[in-house]
This record gives sequence, C-alpha cells and structure tokens, in this order.
Amino acid sequence: MPHPHDHDRVVLAHGGGGELMNQLIRDHLLTPLRNDALIQLGDGAVLPPSEGKLVFTTDSYVVTPLEFPGGDIGRLAIAGTVNDVTVMGAVPTAISLGLILEEGLPFEVLDRIVATIAKTAEEAGVPVVTGDTKVIERRIGRDGSPGDGLFINTAGVGTILPGCDWSIGRIEPGDVILVNGPIAEHGLAIMSVRNGIEFETSLRTDAAPLNHMLHTLFKSGADVKFVRDATRGGIAGVLSDIAETQSLGVEIDEQSVPLTPTARHAAEMLGLDPLSTANEGKVVCVVDEADVDKAISSLQSHQYGTKAAAIGRVVESDPPLVELITRAGGRRVVQRPYGEELPRIC
Amino acid sequence: MDAAKRDEIIKHLHELCDGLGRIQIMEICGTHTVSLFRTGLRSLFPENLRLVSGPGCPVCVTAQRHIDAAIDLAKRDGVIVATYGDMIRVPGKSGSLERLRAEGADVRVINSAKTCLRLANENPDREVVFLAVGFETTAPATAAVVLEAEANGVANFSALMCHKLVIPAMQALLQAGDVPLDGFLCPGHVSVIIGANAYKPIVEQFKKPCVVAGFEPPSILHGIELVVEHVAAKRAALSNAYRNVVSNEGNGIALDLLKQVFVSADTHWRELGVIPKSGLELASCYEQFDAAKRFEVVFGDDEDNPLCRCGEVIQGKVEPADCDLFGYECTPLYPIGPCMVSSEGTCSAWYKYNRDGGSHRSSVPLETNS
Repeated sequence: MPHPHDHDRVVLAHGGGGELMNQLIRDHLLTPLRNDALIQLGDGAVLPPSEGKLVFTTDSYVVTPLEFPGGDIGRLAIAGTVNDVTVMGAVPTAISLGLILEEGLPFEVLDRIVATIAKTAEEAGVPVVTGDTKVIERRIGRDGSPGDGLFINTAGVGTILPGCDWSIGRIEPGDVILVNGPIAEHGLAIMSVRNGIEFETSLRTDAAPLNHMLHTLFKSGADVKFVRDATRGGIAGVLSDIAETQSLGVEIDEQSVPLTPTARHAAEMLGLDPLSTANEGKVVCVVDEADVDKAISSLQSHQYGTKAAAIGRVVESDPPLVELITRAGGRRVVQRPYGEELPRIC
Repeated sequence: MDAAKRDEIIKHLHELCDGLGRIQIMEICGTHTVSLFRTGLRSLFPENLRLVSGPGCPVCVTAQRHIDAAIDLAKRDGVIVATYGDMIRVPGKSGSLERLRAEGADVRVINSAKTCLRLANENPDREVVFLAVGFETTAPATAAVVLEAEANGVANFSALMCHKLVIPAMQALLQAGDVPLDGFLCPGHVSVIIGANAYKPIVEQFKKPCVVAGFEPPSILHGIELVVEHVAAKRAALSNAYRNVVSNEGNGIALDLLKQVFVSADTHWRELGVIPKSGLELASCYEQFDAAKRFEVVFGDDEDNPLCRCGEVIQGKVEPADCDLFGYECTPLYPIGPCMVSSEGTCSAWYKYNRDGGSHRSSVPLETNS
C-alpha cells in the first residue's frame, strides 16, 4: 500500500527548494538522464573548449497533448534543438533542459517524458548538461479541463563543422531542392489527437534528431548550400524564405514530393496543404546540381533519409515566387501559411 | 492522374472552346474552387473558359447576423460555443469568435457535430451551443445529433441553426440573372446527399447544363469537359461524372434524417438577403434544441463593410481582384470578408494560389449583365 505521503502527482511543494524538490530532481530527472556533467548539480555546466565557432539556440515546447502517436513533447524538445544546431552546420555538443511543471501532473507521465528525453538525447549523442525545474499552480483551462501540463525549454550549443558553410546566401539558380522523406506527418498526427477533431489514423510524428544524417551528408563531400528544418510552416515556409530573402524563384514538382497516401488523404479530409503542414524530422536541403545524386544517396544511407528525394529547383523568377507544378500538370504558387491552419468544414 | 489522358482532355477542351466566345461555368462548391486552384488546373484551361466561383462555401454565405448571434452567445456565462474550423475567424460587427476566445470565452473548434454531445456530457453545468453551418453535407450530422440528444435527454445542448440548401441558392442566382452562366459544375459532397436528380429543376427550368463532379483532378477535368460539351452542343443536360460516389436519388438515410428533424425555411444569406425556403429550421417537435429560442437570441441587421465585395464574389458577379480591398487591406492575415477567411473561400484561394496574388487584376474581365 502506498504511503499516504507518497505523491503520484506533482504538487507545488515539489518546486519549493526543499527535500521534496531534491527527491523530484534525484528520482525523476537525474536518474534517467544520468551523465557526468549533470550529476555535479552545479549552477551551470562547464563545457570543454571549442575548436571552431559556436552555435547557440533555444526553443520552447508547449504542444498539447503531451503525448501523441509516435512521440511526445520530450522527443520533440530534444530533436528540435539538436536539429536547430545541426542545420546551422554545427555538431551539437550540449543541451540544457528547463522544465515547467503544472501541479497535478502525474509522475507517471513525467517519467515517461523524461525517459523519452533521455532516449532521444542518447540517440543523438548529445548530453543534457544542465537544467532547471519549476512548478507552477494548476491552471484550469478556460474549457474547464485540468491543466496537468508540462512545458519545456531547451537550449543547445554546438561547434561549426570545419569547412561547413551552409548559408541561405549561397543559393543560386540551378541548385536542387531535396527533402529527406515523407512530409506533413507530424502536423497531421498531432491534429489526429487534438480535442474535438480527433480521427483514427496510422500517422505518427516524424520527430527525430537528424544530426547523424546531416553529418553523413556533410562528409559525403556534396556541395550543400543550405539546410533548414521544416517545422511549423512546413516546407512551404522554408521555400518561401528562400524565395523572399534571395529574390529567387523555386519550382517544386508535386509528383516528386514524398507524401504517403495516408497523409495525403488525411490532409485532404482536413482541408490542409501538406506543403505547409508541420514536420519535426524533415529538412529542406539545397545542393549544387552536380552533386544531387551524391547527396541523395548519402541521405538515403541513413534511417531518417531512406525516402529522400529531389523535389524541385531554384530558378530565376520575377517576382520571386515558389511555384508548384501540380500532379495534374498545372501550376500554382505556394505561400507560407499565415497562422494556425484550421480544418475545413466539409 | 495519367498525363496522356489529362493532355487529351485539355486538348479537347481547347478544341471545344475554340470559336465559342466566352463560356462561364460556375463551380458552386468551395472545395471545387480550392481544388481548381490547388491542382493548378485553372492554368491549363483555354482563356475564354471562365470558372466562376459560386455560393458554396458555408463560411462565406453565413450572414453576419448569425455570426453576431454566435458571438453574443459565447459572451454569456456558462456557454460553450462549438463550431467548425474557419467559422471562428469570420468577423462579425465587432470582432470574431477567435478574438473572443483569446479574451477568455469558451469557443471550441470541432470537426464532427457529435463532439457537441461529448462536450455537453463533460460539462453538465454548462450549455453547449453548436453553431450549425454548412449545406446538405453537414446538416444530416446535425440532425443525427439532435435525435441522439433527444433520445438521451441531453438538456444542455442546442444548435444555432444556420444550415443552408444549395438548389434554392442556384435558383435565386439564375432568377436574379446578374451573371450570364452557361452551366454548373455541381458539388460532389452535397450531391452525395441530395443525389444528381436534385439538379433537374435547374436543367429543366433554366436550361442550364449541370454536371456533378468529384474533387480529384481527373473527376474535375472530366466534369468540366462534360459541361463544355453540353454548352457547345447547346444541350441543357444533367450528367454525373462522380457516379461511383453520387447516385441519382442521393443518400436516403440522410435525406430521411433531414426530413424528420428539420423543416425548410426562409433564411438570410450574406449579402444575398433572404432566399425563400433556402435554410433549415428545427421541426417544432425538436425546437427545445433551438439555441435561438432557448437563449431568446435577437438577430440584428447585417452591417457588412461597404467596401467588401464578398457578397458579389459569392454570386459570381465580380472576381476577388475586382475588390479594392483584395490583397491590400484584406489578406488572409487580416481578412475583412468571409471569402478571405475561409480556406475554401474564393478570395483566399485567389490570394494563395494565383501567381499574381493580389497585385494584378485579371486580363480578361468577367462578363456580367450589370
């Protein structure tokens, strides 16, 4: 029988700086995340000197629900930050983890999420070296539902790969656009479990740390000009950025864009455009025309790039637009989405 | 789709249209509007073949007074307003449901009317009001939910009835005669419910060819090819290019549900005013689920922005680029009219998918009788 003072949920006192807080950190965070830097419990982590320039990034994660098909907020947070550092052309070396827990959060949920954080960090080979935990009062949602929430902030540092110059300014007409696999799966998987619009599907989030895949790509020697992870806003967002900032056109061939039939139908049902639907494990890579095959086979050699494909190319265009050559053989422009995409009526 | 087959149909369309003068075909349904843009098919059509978007986007045709009523209800204590996607963005006289939600009101986006009953069950102390919009496609789901609410004695659910019917709107447009239309591409989803024969009055009374089509490129293309063939042959005929899904008689179960729960009634359409027998009200034996009655809603007048031409857009009288607001004051980010709000709206589709976006008027002006 559980002791009456055993907690199965987070209470405010877990954030109070006392013994309960120690217990929370020791039992629920340090044990699963165990690594040499974290175990010191200093006020910060000491990192070894870096040979190259540093990349430093931060991101916050507030997704609901916390757990969804194929992943959870923890995998999202680690993969997201690892990918943000990596697409800058860097090797991620350390991550910080800030947790904001709402009182009432069941420990079993916290434990599952911390376990995913540990697993994803291990997969990426990037340690969580410092962290912080706060507990906030339970916020009753305006819909009357309990909070039981969890928010994560992660920051990541990394060292620029020697000789790596992935920057948007290097993009030129003729360059080829690649993606590393089927798009739109994260956004649709989340939509499928959103309160009020749930539907049954085999779709899973694609959240994954892509550092190993992208480092393989770098080492392949292919002339990669630019890499960006296509998260919120989907690949349409990244392509619009390229067109707008470089005053160049981008032509995408719809037939070559990897998209599973399940995702296509789910997007169709909801009236969403897969091109502007979120991904968490997909990058847009712009490579020199001469190195397309080399780049694709490099991506395909990795588990997160087996379905990598060339989807279009950079062209001269005035005005600078992203255009889609559709499956039906027509043309239309692609724009970045303007806010939260809502499912349509019928 | 098969590229050779596509090219063959496109070539045929060009041959048919060659020498015909301007052909104006109305696609009634917002999903067709978006599909025609999203698939890029419009870019392949002959110049004198003009697709005109009609009043088939449920968001766009909902009168401002109904939006205002929903906003009024959402402001009341203990009320949850639930509705489909884009409805929450449509501006009423002051603000939208989306803005009200940001201010703390309880507004839920759902994709099935049935979710309302779950909400009602989870919130026994509160009233769940369903802003029931849409054509014959979504109306049967509302009917089914009303029946289920009655069977289970759900006391805290009601519907603000804004459902509309397609055929009376088509008849009203043709009677008004402001836009010369040569034929109709009829909506796939709605026709699943009402059946292809429902368009017979349009064909017989107004001598306009009607073709029911699905939403995939091959089905749309085939549908348009058939309309143009009928037009070229001066044939007022009814065809069904969506036979594997749409029957002549429609879905009997859904039609029975509509008959059982609703009665047709005169209703307000955005800018079109009242169209006789074009809406659905709850039959008197289900009026306890009528939110307008339960909450004694007083419907005000519509005060649409006088510069906004959505009302004319949904009648096919003008194209989005003819509106001075389009692409300038009115964009998907800051929509003024519902046609820019809705993902199925004509203005939104033009803005999103047209190469010229908001910056240019079309080179071939729309032909109207006004």
